[in-house]
This record gives sequence, structure tokens and C-alpha cells, in this order.
Amino acid sequence: MTESLNVTVDRRDGMAVIYTEGYINNQGGEEIAKAAYKLLDEGYKVLLLNLAGTKIVNSIGISILIEIIEKMLEIEGKLGFCCLTPTIEKTFHIMGLAQYAPIFKDEDAALGQLRS
Amino acid sequence: MIRLAATDKDMAGEAVLREVTLALPMVPEMEIEASKTATAIAESIHMSADRIDEVRMAVVEACINALEHSRSSEHEVFVTFEVLGDAGGRDPQKLRITVRDSGVGFSPEALEEPSIAEKLRAPRKRGWGLKIIRGLMDEVEIRSGSGGTTVVMSKMR
Repeated sequence: MTESLNVTVDRRDGMAVIYTEGYINNQGGEEIAKAAYKLLDEGYKVLLLNLAGTKIVNSIGISILIEIIEKMLEIEGKLGFCCLTPTIEKTFHIMGLAQYAPIFKDEDAALGQLRS
Repeated sequence: MIRLAATDKDMAGEAVLREVTLALPMVPEMEIEASKTATAIAESIHMSADRIDEVRMAVVEACINALEHSRSSEHEVFVTFEVLGDAGGRDPQKLRITVRDSGVGFSPEALEEPSIAEKLRAPRKRGWGLKIIRGLMDEVEIRSGSGGTTVVMSKMR
């Protein structure tokens, strides 16, 4: 049994939204990182991770998201999260991720804030 | 392996209304199997969806720790799910989950609590499992030594 993660990207007006569907574990985190670093190489400095399609994550996957946050801080970019389940949001708060990458209820709110 | 048993009372005087034990082989993504069992049992006692999600995530973290780090000679991790009721009653009050390995053990007291500010600067970003488990569950106890590690965690219904 394998719980794979699908990642899709939507590029729009100088920012990009990464959509995930499935389990964010080690492999899933790597898939997200690959997409994020490709966008950075293309010149995008504002990224939104929409996790509406993800109902479960693990700490190994989240540690890879921390690597992405570190990279965004280095380049003075912006990274946000939206559409998290209550448990994933709670977990991100337990870990302190929200201090460095804001969490938004939905995509519209996120896009408005990250653009400003 | 799944073992089902009905027992009477545990040492705290709580009645064990139902008990299921999984023996997980140490292969990738077995934590998902444990999380599915946790979900089914939590649903059976009508735990709220958000609390079930929290249990599921804590089970995933405890199993990953055991599967990845224990180096268990048995090559298995045992996960026991117990539905507990109050001493005299038959109503489910609590879900208790015990994750046990017979690996090399560790010293929980010696572990530094991870902080995001430090992890952002550190080459190693991992090491969050116990912090997450403690944040999501109502009660957590960790026993570890040369004979292995046991994590006991509970969530009220």
C-alpha cells in the first residue's frame, strides 16, 4: 500500500499556488520541495501551499516544509499555507511554523495578503 | 496480526471495554495502517471528527518513531488500542493507545524540545514527533530503556 502525493502548480500574476493531494510524508515533502524550488528558479518569490487535498501529514514531511521556509527566508520571499484541516493547522502551531509562514483560512484570503 | 480481546479492568481501575493489538512489520507506511485502525475504533465510540484526526496524527508519529528509530530485533512494532470506560460503567470514556517496540531505547529526559527558530538554522530539521504527540493527546507517558520503548497516549472521547 502506498499513499502517494499529487502536486500541481498554478502560476498567476507573479505568484504561484502549489496544490497537494494525499499524504505529506518524506516522499510527499520531497515532491513539494521539488515544485517549490523549480518555481524559485523561475523567479517566483511568493508561494502559497494549498493543502485542501491533504488530510494527513507526518513530521518528516513537515520537516521538508521547514527547509522550504528556510529557503524563502534566505531569498526574502513569502510563503503561506491555506485550507488546512484543523489538526494540521494545530500541528503547525505546535511546531511554530505559523511564526514564519502565515496560515490562511482560504485561498482568496491568502492571495490578498501575500500580494500586499 | 490483529488480536482482539475483552478484558476487565486495568490498573487505574478503568474498565477496558475493548482491546485490539496490531503487530506491524517494519516496512514503510505501516503507520497508515495503524492510523486507519485508530480511526475505526475512535469512530466506534463516537469521538468527534477533529479529535479523531488528532488521534490519527499522534498514532502516525508514534509509529514512525518506532518504525524508523527503534532498530527493533523483533522487526515488529506493536500497537494496542483500548477503549476505556469508568470503573463501573459500560460507556466508553477514553481511547488509550500503546505503541511498543523492543528496540534500542532512548532517554526521553535527555531530548531537547525542538524549536522552530533553531530548526530553521540547523541542518537537521527533524525530531518533532514527541512534541506533536504531546500537543495532540490528552495524556502521554513514555517509558524507554535497553528493552525498548513504550509510548502510552490517551484521548478522552
